[in-house]
Parts: sequence; structure tokens; C-alpha cells
Amino acid sequence: MEKRSTKASSNDPKHKHDPDDEDFYLNNDDDEYDDDEDDDNDYDDYMDDTDDLEYTSSNASKYDPTPSVEIFTSQNSTVTPNSSYASTSLKNLSQSTTNQPDLSKSLTKRNIELDEEFKYEVLSPDKIVQYMTECIADVNSVLELTPTITRTLLHHFKWDKEKLMERFYDGDQDRLFREAHIVSPFRPNTYKRTTSSQSTRSSRLKEFCCEICFMQYTEDNMSGLECGHKFCKPCWREYLTTKIMDEGMGQTISCAAHKCDILVDDTSVMTLLQDPIVKIKYQHLITNSFVECNRLMRWCPAPNCSNAIKAQYFDAQPVKCDCGHVFCFSCGELWHDPVKCKWLKKWIKKCDDDSETSNWIAANTKECPKCQVTIEKNGGCNHMICKNQACRSEFCWVCLGPWEPHGSSWYNCNRFNEDDAKKARDAQEKSRHALQRYLHYCNRYMNHHQSLKLEQKLTASIREKMEEMQQHNMSWIEVQFLRKAVEVLCQCRQTLMYTYAFAFYLKRNNHSIIFEDNQADLEIAVEKLSGYLEREITSDNAVETKQKVQDKYRYCEQRRKVLLDHVHEGYDKDYWEYQEDL
Amino acid sequence: MSNLLPTRILKETQRLMQEPVPGISATPDESNAKYFHVMILGPSESPYEGGAFKLELFLPEEYPMAPPKVRFMTKIYHPNIDKLGRICLDILKDKWSPALQIRTVLLSIQALLSAPNPDDPLDNQVANQWKVNEAEAIKTAKEWTKKYAIDSN
Repeated sequence: MEKRSTKASSNDPKHKHDPDDEDFYLNNDDDEYDDDEDDDNDYDDYMDDTDDLEYTSSNASKYDPTPSVEIFTSQNSTVTPNSSYASTSLKNLSQSTTNQPDLSKSLTKRNIELDEEFKYEVLSPDKIVQYMTECIADVNSVLELTPTITRTLLHHFKWDKEKLMERFYDGDQDRLFREAHIVSPFRPNTYKRTTSSQSTRSSRLKEFCCEICFMQYTEDNMSGLECGHKFCKPCWREYLTTKIMDEGMGQTISCAAHKCDILVDDTSVMTLLQDPIVKIKYQHLITNSFVECNRLMRWCPAPNCSNAIKAQYFDAQPVKCDCGHVFCFSCGELWHDPVKCKWLKKWIKKCDDDSETSNWIAANTKECPKCQVTIEKNGGCNHMICKNQACRSEFCWVCLGPWEPHGSSWYNCNRFNEDDAKKARDAQEKSRHALQRYLHYCNRYMNHHQSLKLEQKLTASIREKMEEMQQHNMSWIEVQFLRKAVEVLCQCRQTLMYTYAFAFYLKRNNHSIIFEDNQADLEIAVEKLSGYLEREITSDNAVETKQKVQDKYRYCEQRRKVLLDHVHEGYDKDYWEYQEDL
Repeated sequence: MSNLLPTRILKETQRLMQEPVPGISATPDESNAKYFHVMILGPSESPYEGGAFKLELFLPEEYPMAPPKVRFMTKIYHPNIDKLGRICLDILKDKWSPALQIRTVLLSIQALLSAPNPDDPLDNQVANQWKVNEAEAIKTAKEWTKKYAIDSN
């Protein structure tokens, strides 16, 4: 299938929510998707793999492929929960930076320069299923297995076709199937024999006892996988429902028997289940594991967006979903140039963690030398008497030594410079310094973060200003510079915000000093630009203000580029050294 | 579906009473058929030999789709059982299969008494002792057995 760049698909926003629209699927190389019927058959192929499965023969008449088609089609319209489930972790992450979902929305609608070289495609939920089916069909044209077995194998290799092919043709196939928890389709005899011998016995006895509910059932009410373990259909149904709905398992549900790790296949699930809600959830879980396991795919982390991005290679690059959200393909965070994913992740964790609480405790409190209770001294003399009733130890706040030797020189701790006292003091200094350093970066990071949150408000006030200026004899086109200025301002703030996460982990060297100068320069320019935008615009100063704002935003743009280029150059030439232990 | 569960529980209970497992007894509570009073005798040639260990077993609403909840009531010194009597056993967690039963669960717990597994510990202190000085650990286990599972009965 021809891969389209985002531009091609994102240019068609009107098609986005219309799965019936043929243009959306239309593909120049391959007219398989030219009409709806073919399209549906495609889903059929994926779910309908009755060829090899013995037990399905008895159900074949009951198993009408149409419902599964409906399931997939209805999935298209209701698929939102899928991605919300899928990207919970991503969202948690992105929310941890943003704290407010509306921020991520407003932040990322902005145009951020995308790397033209990095080719990717935005896939809507139905296109994800289509793509998965294509992947399976592609491999199957060579392996000639049932789609469900192929899918399980592909999942086992994290959807790496080459790896699967390599292992399949070059080595122990039995071991491969064992590792993937599938009964090998090439040696069905052993299992079929047991099944058939069971069925002869059962046809004699007429009734089977289900090992789960202990009820008697006739053979056609019992069901099982290729492994031969049989349970009654109601129990299977309940087992699958529990696994799917309560435990959120899709790809990895195994046989209900104890110690049997053979995985349940799609056909079994779809025949055994009746509740359409459970079936849809199952489909979601399968699609989800397809996207999550695939290194070249990522869910769009925006709230209520169910698209996924498919890239041609894995890299930390900004991608823009059809919903407008711009994020990092590698980590799913907002696009965070210049800081790298690894450090940003660490930074966000640090900001979120309670570790800073303990940092504060370390910097502002001491422990009782005897019972280790934490004490904050809020006044009084250095003669401490521990309030812990079981302890009541007396010690000196300054040196933490016992109080007794201090008796003669009240308030004046002459033991201050003793070794252990010195050590305690150094440790305290260090943690205090670390806290202050962190707060320096954190405050600046949060400051930009906060300002960005107010972006919508700013945009609204700028719109008012633009109208106002048009009343001062300026034309519509002449006031567009304000819109541009807000865009540049926010872009710069976002970049600056992430520079603090970058700088926090940076070791000091000549280049880090240059970086800090660039950062400071952009900081000042951005604050000035922000100031100009706040000012009242009257008919007297309109022309002058326009000139000032234009000059300033051009300067900001330029400085931002310089700052980023310098960091990127540093990445290429290994300027940057990091402090791993923060 | 709802009348399926009692059938299973009823039959399981019946079989437990009619064909009891050697060294294990499980009696349903008079007021709650899903709550069982369990007694496991310490397996021979284990540090728990001679002890009678009380456990409680509860079948949750989802049983048999979800595993029963089992806990030691008698104090026991064992690397896979913690101070509160909670048991670290795979079939009580992710390896649960609805084809398992109360009987098989209790047999597995009995087997766990015969073969402690300090590499997958619940109580780190006990497990550590088991690894560092097994003889000492076994001695402690025997003492605890005597103190809590023999004398106090």
C-alpha cells in the first residue's frame, strides 16, 4: 500500500469521521477498498478463520460472519474508549506536565515547524484495523496460516515481520509455536486424536461434566481450544468476559485449564461471546495491542482522540495528528525541543514526585540523634529536648551531640567543628543547595508553563486589540502582526520551558555557559514582547507599537532559532555532559 | 448464570466433606456458605510437622472466575507467608484457573509448607534468614510451630 504523508490525509479533514467515504480508503495501487462490500470482507478475513479449527464446524451454522463485520463497523463510530484506554499512561504523562488538559489542547494547536524529512501517516481507528489486516495478509501470503495464528505470531515478535519470517524458516518451528503459546497447526494429529477419542467417549456417555461449574452438558455444549481442554460454553463465556472486561486482557488470554498456556484465538472468542459490548471491547484490546506493540506506531495522546500515528522509522520527531495535537513521536509528550525524551521524563517525574517533599524535609529539619524522629526547629535555644515521650533525649541543635558537655558554654557550641558534626553540617548544606538549585529551574519551568496556560485568554485580548486598532484607521491585514506575535510568543515560551528541564541536568562547561546566555537573551526578549502585547494601543502609538512588536517578535524568532541550533549542534558534537544523579 | 455458582460451591463442599484430603479439613461457616474454616496439618519431615494450622478461606462473588481468598490464622514462620498470614502463591494470583478448586488450592498450600521458596519471598526478613542460615530458620520455624500450632491448641 502506498504510504501517504500526513499532509495528504490531514488535508481531508471532512473525511475524518466518515468511515463510509470511499475516498478515505481509496488507494491508487490497490482497488480492493473501492467499495464498501470489499472493505467489509476485509474485516471478515481477519476474524473468519474457521479453516483449521475442528470445533468450529459444529458452530459454523451459528457463526454468521456479518455480526463481526458490524462489530468492526460499529467500532469505528464508538472507538474513542479504545484510545483512551490505550493511551492512559501517555495521558498521565502528558497531564503531568500540563496538569490541565485544556493546556495541551491550546498549546499544540500552534504551528510548530515539522521536519519535512520525517514521513508519517495519521491513521483513524478504521484505518488501523485495515492496516493490521493488511500486515496479517501480507505475512500470510507467505506463511499460509490462519489469520489468528499469524496475528498471535506477529504479536509475539512485536509485529516485526522480518523477525517472524526468519524464525519461521530458520530453526525449530515447534519451539517457535511453543514460545508463542500456540498449538502448532502442522502437527494437529496428537491433539485431534485426544479430542476425537474424547468425543467418542462422550458420544457413548452422552454427557460431560464441566470442570468449572460441575454441571452436566452434552458434547455440543462443550467447547475448547486446540489443546483439547473442554469446558461448557456458559463457563467459557464467563471466563472470557472476566478476562476481557475485568482484567483488560485481549491478546494474552490463555486456556481456562490450570497450567495450560495456549492462547485463545479470535474465532473462539467471537463464537463463544454473545454480548456485543464485550466483543467490541475485545476488538479494542486487540487493536490496542497492535498499536502499542508496534514500534512504528503511537496513539495520539490528546483527550478523546482515537487516531494513531504510523511512522516510517522510529525517531524523536514532532508529529501532528489530524486533531491538531502536536507531540513527540518517541515519547508522546508535547513537542519538547531542545530537551531529550529521557531527560524530560526524568524531569517530569521529579516535578511530580513527592521526592521534593523529602528534599524539603532534608533541607529544613534534623533528626533526633537518638530516636530519629524528624524535628523542625521553629524557635528557641539550641538545647533540644526530644518531645517523643519514649525518648526525651537532650542534644545540641547545632552539632547534634549530647547536651551535657555543652553545659558550661551555653549557646556557644564549641564542639561545632568536630568531625561528625562537620559531616552532618556538610550533608545539610548539600541538600539545601540541591533544593535551591531545583527550585530555580522548577520555578522558571512552571512560570512559562503557567503563562502558556493563559494563552487562550491572551489570544482573546489580542483579538479585541486587533478590532480596536482597525478602528484607528488600520486595515485588517495591517493588524495581522499581532496574531503572529502571539504565536511567536507562545512558541518561545514552550521552547524556554523545556530549556529549563534540559539545563537542570546539564553539567557546567563552556558550552553550557553559552547556552545559558542564549537562554537569558531569549528570556529577556520574550518578556519584552509579552510586555508590548499587554500595553494599551491608542491611535497615537499604533504605528510605533506595530513597529516595536514586529521588531521584537522577529528578534525572538531569531534568538529561538539560535538557541535551538546551538543545542542541536551540541548533540551532534557532544558538547553536553549530564548529571545523572539528580 | 447466578445459579451456576452455588451448584459448583455446593458440590465442592459436599465432596470436601465426603472425601476429605488427608491432613486437610475445610468446613463451611454455619452462617456463610462461602466462608470456610480450614485446618492444615504440618506435613511430615517439614519444620511444621505436628502442628495444626488454622486458615480462613473465602470465596468471592466472582468465584470460580476469581481465586478464593486464603489466609493463615495461626502464626507461622515461612518465607512465603507474612505476619498477617497472607500467602504468596501463584495460583492464588495470576496463575489462577477456574478449573482449580478449594481442594487443589489447599493441597498447594500444604505443598508450600513442605517446600518453602525463599527466592520468591513475601516476608523478606524470613526469606533472608532462610537463605543465609537455613538451619537456624528451620529451628525458628519448629519453635514457632511448637509455640503457636501445637501448644496453644
